[in-house]
Formats: sequence, structure tokens, C-alpha cells
Amino acid sequence: MNNINDIKKIIVDKPLKLDCGKIINNFPVAYETYGSLNAKKNNAILVFHALTGDQFVSGINPITKKDGWWSYAVGPEKAIDTNKYFVICANVMGGCMGSYGPSNIDPTTNKILGTNFPVITINDMVNAQYNLLDFFKIDQLFCVTGGSMGGMQVLQFVSNFPDKTKIAIPIACTASHSAQNIAFNELGRQSIMADANWVNGNYSNEKLNPDKGLSVARMAAHITYLSKNGLQEKFGRKLQERDDLKFSFDADFQIESYLRYQGSVFVDRFDANSYLYITRAMDYFDLIKQHHGNLSKAFAQSKTKFFVISFTSDWLYPTSENKDIVIALNAIGADVGFVEIESDKGHDSFLLNVPVFLDTLKNYINTSYLNN
Amino acid sequence: MKLEFKIITDLVEKNTRVLDVGCGDGTLMDFLKNNKKIDVRGIEISKNNVQKCVEKGLTVIEGDAEKDLIQFPDRSFDFVILSQTLQAFLNPEIVINELLRVGKKAIVTIPNFGFWKVRLQLLIKGTMPITKTLPDEWHNTPNLHMCSIKDFFNFCNNRKIKLDKSFALHNEKTSSISNINLNIKNLSAELGIFLIEK
Repeated sequence: MNNINDIKKIIVDKPLKLDCGKIINNFPVAYETYGSLNAKKNNAILVFHALTGDQFVSGINPITKKDGWWSYAVGPEKAIDTNKYFVICANVMGGCMGSYGPSNIDPTTNKILGTNFPVITINDMVNAQYNLLDFFKIDQLFCVTGGSMGGMQVLQFVSNFPDKTKIAIPIACTASHSAQNIAFNELGRQSIMADANWVNGNYSNEKLNPDKGLSVARMAAHITYLSKNGLQEKFGRKLQERDDLKFSFDADFQIESYLRYQGSVFVDRFDANSYLYITRAMDYFDLIKQHHGNLSKAFAQSKTKFFVISFTSDWLYPTSENKDIVIALNAIGADVGFVEIESDKGHDSFLLNVPVFLDTLKNYINTSYLNN
Repeated sequence: MKLEFKIITDLVEKNTRVLDVGCGDGTLMDFLKNNKKIDVRGIEISKNNVQKCVEKGLTVIEGDAEKDLIQFPDRSFDFVILSQTLQAFLNPEIVINELLRVGKKAIVTIPNFGFWKVRLQLLIKGTMPITKTLPDEWHNTPNLHMCSIKDFFNFCNNRKIKLDKSFALHNEKTSSISNINLNIKNLSAELGIFLIEK
């Protein structure tokens, strides 16, 4: 990675007590912004990224030189129009794009933290990012939004800070991480830890990289982001640059080649320990339990307007789990809208060019801003 | 706006909370929101219509009224509106009970199967009636439980549901329905509009 020192960040000097009990001080929150904050400071949208995202939502990511992870949705004239709104996105705590994470150097030992980094939660991530509101002197955001783990942060944000956003748009997420999701995350973690180069998380200090383990973790996870029909339609049983089967373990099929490619590009941009910590934070997420079995209580103090979006072919965070959020909000008479978008692109639909989704998002945000 | 919606709008008091069940493209919700300062929510099953509501800036939940009304607390709305969809439910009685649980009052409109043109089509032609308010053929109609104004009147009376107001609509004209003129209105009206409560 280059330019990592050019990343914008704030150093939070207020101590933060993490859910694990540890108190941290002077920790960095790396962020990026798009568009400009208006004089009334009522056009700010805080976007939360998902597991492998970062603060570079739109345009070209200066580190990876690829398109920002939500380029379809965020930018000038797009669903989240940066000509109109001030978009802020922070790298989550535990991440590897400049925020406080396991690849940070421990000043007491001058070594990379690795597994000496504390186990963090979605709640910790949100509390860390909240400091950006103080930094930009924004009293109330117009909107918080994000998909997948970003959606979980949306829910946690409103629960923690009930009067700090006008609207909230959780997308393709859940209020409580399911057994199936914990299982897939555990598969990824075990794959990383089974790589001899992981060396108990100390690989950076020993100039190693568990890229095989991380790559397999990514390949497995990637399957869960797609739908069976989507995969079948795109790849079927098509062969990779060959006329017939080779009777070997090479990538005969296009889908194999595709997954291997996804795995290999991922290891160039992502830290294996970050993958462990962030998936753990997702597994620990249970907003229902945080509110003693009653999800409605998470939002009872809030006047925030909600709009929940799910996708028909998303089996990782299915419509039923998204609808549970809607039900909890309706139970307290909250202003909540809900749509299920027709798409065969699976959980990844929110990141891709799905016009109905992008139009819906745009319409909801713009009409809400008019009534702001 | 069509007369049916004008009458519904007149029945709804200002500054109240309203749930429009089967809100379609949001035409009625939009009018209620902008003209009567009503905090209005909708439930709609058609994805296409849900999109249209979102475009209008309306709060809509994509869902099936028969399954999804259960999530709303008792008496959480001042009025619940059900416009020309009662006949399309698997179990209209359960839906009516749910409307009256969720809302303090309900406004229900029904296409009248007792309308003379409907009766005549079945009597003379011997085929399932097709009219302005019942435009589909027998094989593609969403309607499962057709009823007449008289049926609905009796249904409410038998279940101690109070009929606060009842209107008959025909040719853009409105009139009140009472016990005295019930048989005539049941013959002459295309649509019945009822304000009911438990």
C-alpha cells in the first residue's frame, strides 16, 4: 500500500471504554468526505462501510486505485448526490485503512499490535465514528446509511444516539447476527488461522503474510454474497479458456478462476487480522439482546425516520431478518418504510448496479430532504 | 381525484394518524398528507406501486395486509383505510377484525355486487359480471369474496360493529345508506363506503 500516510484522520483524545472493558485513548479514526457541508449543516450523510470496505466510498480509491466500493450509489447526480449532500465515511475500528486496528503499531513495544489488539464490537465502531460529528461540528446528521455490516452500524447508531440523525437507511442487514452467518465467519477465520504464515497473528512483525488463508476466507465469503441463480446465469458450467476438462485440479471452470481471482486481489488490499477482528464484531452483534429481548426498545427514544431495504435473492441477510427491524419499529409507532428489491445478485446487490435499488434510495433520500 | 377518495378524505379528521391498507400508488395518501396534515402510512403488496409511493415521499411498507397488520399495536392509528380490497383477501373477517384492532375507526369501501347491472349480467347473460368497478374476468380476478352493500351491512350488524356512516356511490353521486333505503341503495349503487368502529 502507498499513500497510507496521506489518509485523513482525527485522533480522538477523549477516552473510549470498549465493550470488552478496555479503555483506549488517542486513537485514530480515518475518514474521507465527498461534497460540501452547507451553512445550516443539515445535509450531512454518514455512510458506514461493510466488512471489507473502507472510507473511500466513491471516485477512485487512492490506495487501491480502483473504484470506491459504493461508486454506483454515491457521487455527483447519483442516488446519494454529492452535489447536494456532504458524505462522510470512516474506516471502522479494527480496519486496515488508517483507523485504530490490529495493523497499528503499539507505541510501547514498537511492534505491530496483531492479536494484542482488543476484541471490538459494532458498538465500539459506532462510538468511535461518532467523534466525527464533533469534529465537523454537526449537531444532527441528515442521514445515516450502509449495507450489511454498515446497516448494523446504522441500527446501533440510532440506538446509541437517538436524536443525532433525521433519517436512517439500513440496507440488507440484521439486528442480530444469525448462526449461519457466525458459521461462515468462523470458516473464514479458521482458514486464516490455519495458514502457517499467520503465526498467531504476528505475521507482520515476522515479515510474513497469511495470504493463502485470507484468500480462501474471501473465496468462501464471496459465494455467500451471490445467489445461486446469479452464479448459474453468469458462470454455469462454462470452462476457463479451454475446450474440455483437463482432468486436473487447475481452474477448469470459470467460477473457480473467478473465485481464485477474487481471493488473490483481496489479499493485496486487506489485512488478515482485520478480517478476524471485524468478523468477530459482526458475530457479537445482537441489538435484540442489548435491549433484553425487545428490539423496539433500541429505538424507543428516537424520532428518526427509518427506511429498510432488502433484496429478494439475499440469503445471507434475508428479507425476513430485515423485516424484523420493520416490525420492531412499527410496534412503537415509528415512521418506517420498507421495500424488498427484486434482484438476482444476492447480498452484493446493494454494491452493484441495480437500477431499481438506486432509484429507490435516491427517491427516498431526496424526498426526505425536501421535507427536512 | 376520484369521488371515492374525496369522501374518504372528508371522513378523516385533520392532524390524525392514518394507515392506508393496500395504498396502491399512494394517490390517497399523498392527498391526505398534503391537504389534511395527516401522519399517513401505507401497506402495499405490489413492488411497482411501492416504488411510486417512495417517489412521492410517502411512508410505505411493502407487505401483505393479511400477514403484516399483526405487527401494529392496538389502536395505534386513528383511522385505517381499506379501499376496494376487502373482497380480495382469503379471510375478510379476520382482516376487518384487524382493522378495528389497529385503528380506532376504519373506513372500508366495497364494490357492490348487488348493483343492478351486476345482477342483470348474471341473470340475462348467465356470465360473471364485468363492470367499471369489477373489470376482471372470472379467471383473472383477484376478488375471492365478493359481497353486496346489504351483505356488508348485515355482517357489521351481526358482529356488533357500529356503522357510523354509510354512503352509496353511483354515477359520481353520493347518498347516505340507512336501514330504510338499504334495499334500494343495494340495487342502485356501484360502491359502498363505510365508517365503522367496534
